[in-house]
Amino acid sequence: MVKKSSMAAAAEELGPAPGIQAAIAAASCCAKRGTRHTSGPGNPLNALPLGKLGALPISARGRAGLTYLKASQWRVGAGLGGAPGEVTGRQPPIAWGGGALRATGQLARSSEWRLVRSSDRWDNSEAAVRLSEGAGLRGAMIRRVLPHGLGRGLLTRRPGTRRGGFSLDWDGKVSEIKKKIKSILPGTPCDVLPDTSHLPPEHSDVVVVGGGVLGLSVAYWLKQLENRRGGMRVLVVERDHTYSQASTGLSVGGICQQFSLPENIQLSLFSASFLRNINEYLAVTNAPPLDLQFNPSGYLLLASEKDAAAMESNVKVQKQEGAKVCLMSPDQLRNKFPWINTEGVALASYGMENEGWFDPWCLLHGLRQKLMSMGVFFCQGEVTRFVTSSQRMMTTDDEMVTLKSIHEVHVKMDHSLEYQPVECAIVINAAGAWSAQIAALAGIGKGPPGTLQGTKLPVEPRKRYVYVWHCPQGPGLETPLVADTSGAYFRREGLGSNYLGGRSPAEEEEPDPANLEVDHDFFQEKVWPHLALRVPAFETLKVQTAWAGYYDYNTFDQNGVVGPHPLVVNMYFATGFSGHGLQQAPGVGRAVAEMILEGSFQTIDLSPFLFNRFYLGEKTQENNIM
Amino acid sequence: MWSTQNSQLGAPSSDAFPVAAVTNDHNLKTTQSHRYSSGGQKSKSLRLVAPMWNGTRGIHRLGGAVVPEGNQKKERKMLQFLNNHFYDVEALRGYLLQREMSKVHLKNRSFTWLEEQHGPYSAGAFFILKQGGAVKFRDKEWIRPDKYGHFSPEFWNFREVPVEAVDASDCEINYEGLDNLLLLKELQSLSLQRCPHVDDWCLSRLYPLADSLQELSLAGCPRVSERGLACLHHLQNLRRLDISDLPAVSNPGLTQILVEEMLPNCQVVGVDWAEGLKLGPEEQPQDTASPVPA
Repeated sequence: MVKKSSMAAAAEELGPAPGIQAAIAAASCCAKRGTRHTSGPGNPLNALPLGKLGALPISARGRAGLTYLKASQWRVGAGLGGAPGEVTGRQPPIAWGGGALRATGQLARSSEWRLVRSSDRWDNSEAAVRLSEGAGLRGAMIRRVLPHGLGRGLLTRRPGTRRGGFSLDWDGKVSEIKKKIKSILPGTPCDVLPDTSHLPPEHSDVVVVGGGVLGLSVAYWLKQLENRRGGMRVLVVERDHTYSQASTGLSVGGICQQFSLPENIQLSLFSASFLRNINEYLAVTNAPPLDLQFNPSGYLLLASEKDAAAMESNVKVQKQEGAKVCLMSPDQLRNKFPWINTEGVALASYGMENEGWFDPWCLLHGLRQKLMSMGVFFCQGEVTRFVTSSQRMMTTDDEMVTLKSIHEVHVKMDHSLEYQPVECAIVINAAGAWSAQIAALAGIGKGPPGTLQGTKLPVEPRKRYVYVWHCPQGPGLETPLVADTSGAYFRREGLGSNYLGGRSPAEEEEPDPANLEVDHDFFQEKVWPHLALRVPAFETLKVQTAWAGYYDYNTFDQNGVVGPHPLVVNMYFATGFSGHGLQQAPGVGRAVAEMILEGSFQTIDLSPFLFNRFYLGEKTQENNIM
Repeated sequence: MWSTQNSQLGAPSSDAFPVAAVTNDHNLKTTQSHRYSSGGQKSKSLRLVAPMWNGTRGIHRLGGAVVPEGNQKKERKMLQFLNNHFYDVEALRGYLLQREMSKVHLKNRSFTWLEEQHGPYSAGAFFILKQGGAVKFRDKEWIRPDKYGHFSPEFWNFREVPVEAVDASDCEINYEGLDNLLLLKELQSLSLQRCPHVDDWCLSRLYPLADSLQELSLAGCPRVSERGLACLHHLQNLRRLDISDLPAVSNPGLTQILVEEMLPNCQVVGVDWAEGLKLGPEEQPQDTASPVPA
């Protein structure tokens, strides 16, 4: 049985990733003590044939583990008689543990070798038998060394000493060793080195900037699709661990397939199947199953005369892609939903399956839990700097172009000047409403306007309000999420006649995104009249509460930005979804992971969402944005 | 492109995520003796297979829906302890869970070839019978599998005879399996009692049967909640709906009222509307409100 580090096991309910044994425990133990996360040579502990060594536990601490492996060699070589010659001769066992265990520091190793040398003339069988755990191991070995050494003439036997004992301050030595062992035990504070547990690791293969649903989804799919387990180290950097301004938590949580672009429809369909099977995708042993609180009530989009033709063509595209949407005339609407006033409505599209709303916090929590169990690093800090290296290259058209690549990310801690430089290979910009700042840090947009160097990332935060009201005579349990012709939308919330909804303001009346203060007059003047017109029961309602959240609004064409930047070659975008990021997060995460791992989109082709379109001026416009 | 090191560290993050964490209340001291003898461990792990099975099934149940009692609880605690401290146990449990889920998937695969060969009614009936449910064709008797799972093959001849009633109680039908159930276009009575994998998503798929379905029973399904019941409003021909014993419904009395409002022509049984209501001070305790005649 392979024992996990007690610290890793007891720290949170999940424990570290399965399948990677002592090295993780050892190194995480060192991590807690603040040692550098040096990336040692390859650690193929995955395929460790533990069966050969029997079910002996590899102790949590590196030193004892190394000792154990040494002893195992003796056991294996016992038949050949004589440990010393075999120890150096055997390469593979050292490589197993030695690689990562080297990280525990030179001191450990030298003491190990000393121990080995001092026990040169051991009797092999005895060494094999006494392997229990580290503390006992060391004690056992020392107790075994000295008498044997005495017997073999290593240390001269003095007259007057007790047989079988060693009187030179034996108890003192033992207590010293016990103290040393206690200081190395995981869980006990070691004040030799400063505590760096809040800092991110010094090296990471992938750094995901932004810990919202998109960032976590990219991290999840990267770990899910990597070629070998533990093949990639992923670090998720999130500035605000309370997610107080993150769009994910403040979202209304709807998912629908009623888009005009086929790519958007496919993303939503995949996300619906992801959410449906969320307990298979995000399964963590011993954790309770996730309950997304999904309401499959569907979306009802209403169209006036002038939008009816566009809606019809949209529904055709949606049906082609496999979404279950049906068109309804005003009469059918009145039959089905008697509380609707169909004045001004020419056509309606109603989603029957895979549409509705769910709890975004549950998805976020589930992703985070799963990521922690897969071994993804989380860090609370702000990215303040990218250190890039440039290369001037010639294109095929004989143009000089400067390609940049980010090789270091500076992560600054909260309320302090302390920062940690993280060496990285790939950076993923999933910073939501603040993606433009992160892009500017990497030098995207610094150049003469109109060139590729001068094309900024056109994502900016836009504030949107959501109001919750109570209306006892309102529409019943079957109410879908209704989106009016004016852009106002509402849905039921719970069993108690509560509703929530809002409306996207027009371009000229966009609120100031500096803070998340709610403007209640907006509801009175711009939202309520439309709602009351559409649903007469809403003439009498009482607003209970309201909140505001950010859209990571893509000012260019209100669709997401996905994929690498053409000039900053290792920054990948997963942002700019302008209000439908949550419902497309699983699909987008998978697409970005495929782009990174395979080099191209494999399942859903999101080429219309690449960064290049901003420079080339090709808009992939999405018409159905709420 | 990036370095090929495979060292992976599962360092738990120290920042607080605003969710209550399950605390492990054991004190682990490394001076605790390991169970290191391989012989003893093997016998222990073999014994663990049986309680582990309950453990994996427990994952599929909603928390609180099934309370483990006595012996089972102790075994589950031991299992959790081992899971948290040994990678092997965690990997084994993960593997067993995956295996159980793939078994359910296998049971719910689509019988499209059968549909082409024998028509939709026979294919759908075969699916139900294979799962362990019972089928009634129009003007024929109920066909049930016996305790060994065998059923009579006479229904293969009923190409044009529609299926009238399906009793899929305790079957492991899930969202994909409904593909086969929805082949039975003229189904009048459907019973999904105590199906462990029928959840809100599945209920949203029942609307194609709206024209014919008159009787639906969801009693005892652990995953159905009031949000799934909201999509039953498509079934306007429903005359009898049984929603008793749904552990995931948060407020059964209120849900019953709302469902009754939603389906005016339907008789909704199973929940006493007075359930959950507090008695006023003037009412005497033994004089509980007489239940609404169901």
